[in-house]
Amino acid sequence: MTQRHLIQRLGFIFLGLVGFLVVAPILFVVGSIIWRGAGALTWRFLIEMPHNGMKSGGILPAIVGTLVLTAGVAIVAIPVGVGAAVYLSEYATDNWFTRAIRLAIVNLSSIPSVVYGLFGLGLFVLFLGFGTSILAGALTLAIMTLPVIISTAEEALRAVPAEFRTVSASLGGTKWQGIRYIVLPQALPGILTGVILGLLRAAGETAPILFTVAAFYLPRLPHSPFDETMALPYHLYVISTQVPGMPEGVQNATALVLLALVLTMNLVASIIRSYFRRRREW
Amino acid sequence: MMERRKSTPGTKIAVEHLNVHYGKKQVLADICIEIKERQITALIGPSGCGKSTFLRSLNRMNDAVPGARIEGEVRLDGENIYNPRFDVVQLRQRVGMVFQRPNPFPQSIYDNVAFGPRILGIRRRSRLDEIVEQSLREVNLWDEVKETFRKQNALTLSLGQQQRLCIARTIATRPEVILMDEPASALDPIETLRIEDLMRALVQEYTIVIVTHNMQQAARVSDWTAFFLTDDGQIGKLVEYGETGRVFTNPRDQRTVDYITGRFG
Repeated sequence: MTQRHLIQRLGFIFLGLVGFLVVAPILFVVGSIIWRGAGALTWRFLIEMPHNGMKSGGILPAIVGTLVLTAGVAIVAIPVGVGAAVYLSEYATDNWFTRAIRLAIVNLSSIPSVVYGLFGLGLFVLFLGFGTSILAGALTLAIMTLPVIISTAEEALRAVPAEFRTVSASLGGTKWQGIRYIVLPQALPGILTGVILGLLRAAGETAPILFTVAAFYLPRLPHSPFDETMALPYHLYVISTQVPGMPEGVQNATALVLLALVLTMNLVASIIRSYFRRRREW
Repeated sequence: MMERRKSTPGTKIAVEHLNVHYGKKQVLADICIEIKERQITALIGPSGCGKSTFLRSLNRMNDAVPGARIEGEVRLDGENIYNPRFDVVQLRQRVGMVFQRPNPFPQSIYDNVAFGPRILGIRRRSRLDEIVEQSLREVNLWDEVKETFRKQNALTLSLGQQQRLCIARTIATRPEVILMDEPASALDPIETLRIEDLMRALVQEYTIVIVTHNMQQAARVSDWTAFFLTDDGQIGKLVEYGETGRVFTNPRDQRTVDYITGRFG
């Protein structure tokens, strides 16, 4: 073997190791959660209220709480986010005002989530008087999610060739008709990706719901948008750090449920994306 | 030369003293021309002479260009289309356009043709079916796609088929005028001839204005020819306009002679 080949071989080994270093922690985390949590993960764990100071029983209210909050975020953030993206991409001219908006969006996405939590506490819980409630929590999460949705949706809209807009106009379409019937359908897979990424982030966040909605221990399902609720990420935080003597199985099973929820949403996103892509290139 | 003219065709579009500026640069100066109804008018001239800009000023597609300024009048059936009260959306339903590169939407053949009628508010399925079939027949695409047109993506068609589809999409809204910006320049010779035959058939019903680089094409297909050229200041002007036979056999301007004999451009 010549020296050149040796160097090449060593290079490959090194790069393979680096690649493994990226995958290893994920495999380890997922593996250890499954290993230690699967035993405690029973059907009853998913559909029962917690008992005995959360040490036994199920986590139904936390699952429902997270689903309700995510749905609330979707209801608020999708129309506002996609609308803002359409405005920025299709209508706004390039001036200092729109540049300021874009700068704000970029900065918003780098704000730590706990700051959103405090903002939500100040605006929704206290100033607007929603109290700690699903409404306040969903709105807080929605604001945190908006930058992700806006920037990915805007990118997807801009990727639609300008020619299609011209053709639509040349056929007597109004600007809105061109957007509605050509641009938006073409950009839909990209927009959906952004939306689901945003919702995933919202579903997994703890800090923004800490002060705005999350209940420490509330073994019943929420009845109205003004109810507090338990939620998976916060529940996980609580049983991992705030309750002494918590069975390890319960902690890991809870983490497993949250992980499964997030991965399922991710999977759904991929399926939707590939479905649209197939349909488009057919 | 073939004698194609009907008895004294009327004027469809009258252009008077048209000036077009892009920002500080003037692109067209003082264009006056009368485009005849149900005739093919070819706009010829070297690259950058403003013939495409002129074409686009006939359905106000220049409006969207930042910094574009248009002076003068373009009268469609006597009405100035640059009058602020003239509805641009309606104008483009009356004056359709076919582009240089075939540009169907990445949707089914059916949806492409139905796009114009749909945005006009036609929703009834049977009516749309009728329009789609008739439009595809008019561009001689029907027989090639009649089995698959409801589902087949337009992008799977050959380039020539795509361009005929784009023409079908344009005529689906029954425009009065069709503007064509070098519609065959991306196509092979056989498809080019098909498009030219198609234009001869369509001119029975429509007024057609075509920009072309190809002088043989202009001579073959058009009834009237307008020769554009930039002057010393790089501003596009109309040098000569007349019946195609006359312009090609007996040009009045020396620059036209030079251009059609291939001395430049």
